[in-house]
Amino acid sequence: MTFVLTEDQDMLRDTAMTFVREELPVKHLRDLRDAGKNGVDPEGRAKLAELGFFGVLIPEEHGGVEMGMVALGQIMEAQGRTLAATPMLQTACIGASTLLLGGTEAQKAEWLPKIAAGEITTALALDEGTHHNPTGVATEAERNGQGYTLNGAKKFVQDGHFAELLIVIARTFGEPGQTHGLTIFLVPSDAAGVTITPLKTVDSHGAAHITFDDVHVADSHVIGAADKGWEVLEPVLDRGCIALASEALGSSIAAFEMTLDYLQTRKQFGQLIGSFQGLQHRAARMFTDIELTRSCVSAALTAVDEQRNDIGELASLAKARASETVHLLSNETVQMHGGIGMTDAHESGFYMKRARVQEAMLGSASYHRDRYARLNNF
Amino acid sequence: MAFDEIENLDEFRTEVRGWLEENCPASMRTPMKEDEVVWGGRKEKFKNPDSKVWLERMAEKGWTAPTWPKEYGGGGLSRAQAKVLEQEMARMHARAPLFSFGLWMFGPALIEFGNEEQKKRFLPDIVWGKTRWCQGYSEPGAGSDLAGLQTKCEDKGDHYLINGQKVWTSYADQADWIFCLVRTDNSVKHEGISFILFDMASEGVETRPIKLISGSSPFCETFFSDVKVPKDQLVGDVNGGWKIAKRLLQHERSSISATGFGSTRGSGMLELEEYAKIHVGTDGEGRLADGDLRGRISDHMMYTKAFSLTVARSQEQAKAGQEVGHTASIIKYAAAKMNQDKFELLVEALGTEGLGWSGPEFDEGAKMATRGWLRSKGNSIEGGTSEINLNVVAKRVLGLRDHQ
Repeated sequence: MTFVLTEDQDMLRDTAMTFVREELPVKHLRDLRDAGKNGVDPEGRAKLAELGFFGVLIPEEHGGVEMGMVALGQIMEAQGRTLAATPMLQTACIGASTLLLGGTEAQKAEWLPKIAAGEITTALALDEGTHHNPTGVATEAERNGQGYTLNGAKKFVQDGHFAELLIVIARTFGEPGQTHGLTIFLVPSDAAGVTITPLKTVDSHGAAHITFDDVHVADSHVIGAADKGWEVLEPVLDRGCIALASEALGSSIAAFEMTLDYLQTRKQFGQLIGSFQGLQHRAARMFTDIELTRSCVSAALTAVDEQRNDIGELASLAKARASETVHLLSNETVQMHGGIGMTDAHESGFYMKRARVQEAMLGSASYHRDRYARLNNF
Repeated sequence: MAFDEIENLDEFRTEVRGWLEENCPASMRTPMKEDEVVWGGRKEKFKNPDSKVWLERMAEKGWTAPTWPKEYGGGGLSRAQAKVLEQEMARMHARAPLFSFGLWMFGPALIEFGNEEQKKRFLPDIVWGKTRWCQGYSEPGAGSDLAGLQTKCEDKGDHYLINGQKVWTSYADQADWIFCLVRTDNSVKHEGISFILFDMASEGVETRPIKLISGSSPFCETFFSDVKVPKDQLVGDVNGGWKIAKRLLQHERSSISATGFGSTRGSGMLELEEYAKIHVGTDGEGRLADGDLRGRISDHMMYTKAFSLTVARSQEQAKAGQEVGHTASIIKYAAAKMNQDKFELLVEALGTEGLGWSGPEFDEGAKMATRGWLRSKGNSIEGGTSEINLNVVAKRVLGLRDHQ
């Protein structure tokens, strides 16, 4: 396991940090919100594409730069710092990984260059209830001539309100709760029978409910083997969890730095509030939490690049710990800022709102605690 | 890690496994009994004769101090090889052959700061468990404020003369020698401290055990009146002891990180998860029957994993020449919390089996857990309280200031 960045990864990290600070600060998210854009940001997307960020997992033969998960993690951490609404998680991580792990050569050649270039974005349409439950899929895909017919409804699909290509998980066999019988379909969002209802979400990133009424999908748009989608979906979700944990780590660190700065400038009773031990010890505990979480995220990112056999365990560890850390940090940020932390004019609230979405997406801390225990036969 | 290194490690693992199978006596693969822990030294009685055989075989290989240089009796292993040895011992539930402050704390500091003669004189006896060391740090007036220590050390020309009192001296009544912080200059605080070694059998040394809530008496009050110490037993420079003291505390912390506080590694006590499954039971899918307890134990398992990854990260970054003071500073705090949580969960999972004090009606491992639970309350006090650790993080790492 390696925790130290290579020179290339370090450079990419610097580039990403500078980019989000200059081009996608929290103020940018605020402006998008105030303009009613609901997290849709074509200009931001074009800049990400220009930097080659969408192709970070994609091999050069398909138009990417193939720098790996550790590299992607640096970008995710950077965007987490400024809460940037980008298609990186859904497209550069989940979309690219689905094709890389499950796609045929023809499918890769068709889609990956478009993803790498930022020409299309993708959205994983998986969950159907209010809590992450990847095997609970009831959406049906019925065999129909040279393809399938999809019927069902997906909830709170991240990026579903703008993505051009949906990655739909549907059931070709069995009952909800079973891993066998799941199949992965690529469905253009403008296909007949697809209804997209954009959602105004608390984090101002937006999402969508999506229904499928007799949507026809050709065989060429099935990823991996029918009924065996879980073999691709599970490792894809692991990668998604790790990337999202990187983002939450970035948000935690930024919230912490903002809070630390306030502790060192705000005065009460003639003293900097950061000189009060009651606050100092809480700050030190938050720092401890961040350091422990950083180790988990870092280990999980390298596990993917090293193709180790404990990726699942580390993904759940990283996601659970990052969720808990960003929860604590975002709450303490509001509390330690006092009244100003309750105002919309301040950025604390943005961190707290985004934190809850980061926590819930792809499985909460309690979901991943349970999964971690199961993977350890406990 | 390079591929050939991994391959060599596999080879090493096979070799270690074979050697352990052949050389670890059967009774050394059973849960440790508290009165069979080997601390070595002149007073060691080896209640179980197998423990003497086991210690000597391991010391012969240098594997009681796996990473120390061979010229001082150590095993000369790389960190990765030492890890393999540790894993293989854990796999067969082998007891640790030797518990020793010499191995964990004093030896590594002496390797760094001692002169050649001192290293040759003291290190091999640590490896073989012949000398048991204790640590003379805290004093009645110098606990959290350690540098306020007052034990006086005067230069009498051909020897030093020591007068004063130490407290919380771990196993002082059992130890052969002490590594001790003393004041050689009263006019300055940190710069007036020296690091000195002497025999606890010296005239003028007296120890009194302190009984703890766990029933054990691991600590003593220690008194020095006109103790004469030869001059070649001062380590490093006169008044240069604070640097050594701090480094030794780091070794104490990194041994804490390697083993966990009051580690159960090598003790033969079962893992928390195993005890929980035995005493709480499992459902049809093999999960712990009590869902709430399962969640809290899982959380602890994850904290433990996060902790060990953080230690690994810190070690790797140090090797790459990066500043790791930030990470190291949280390790003691996190280790104390982790160990206390573990023992609280153990006692809860054991149910009434965890509420025994003595007698054959209670399982040996369970009794160790119960005593360990009480003992673990000291983890957030000894070696710097958790509050002091948080102060250090807030001030030195985060840059928060004192009241003006």
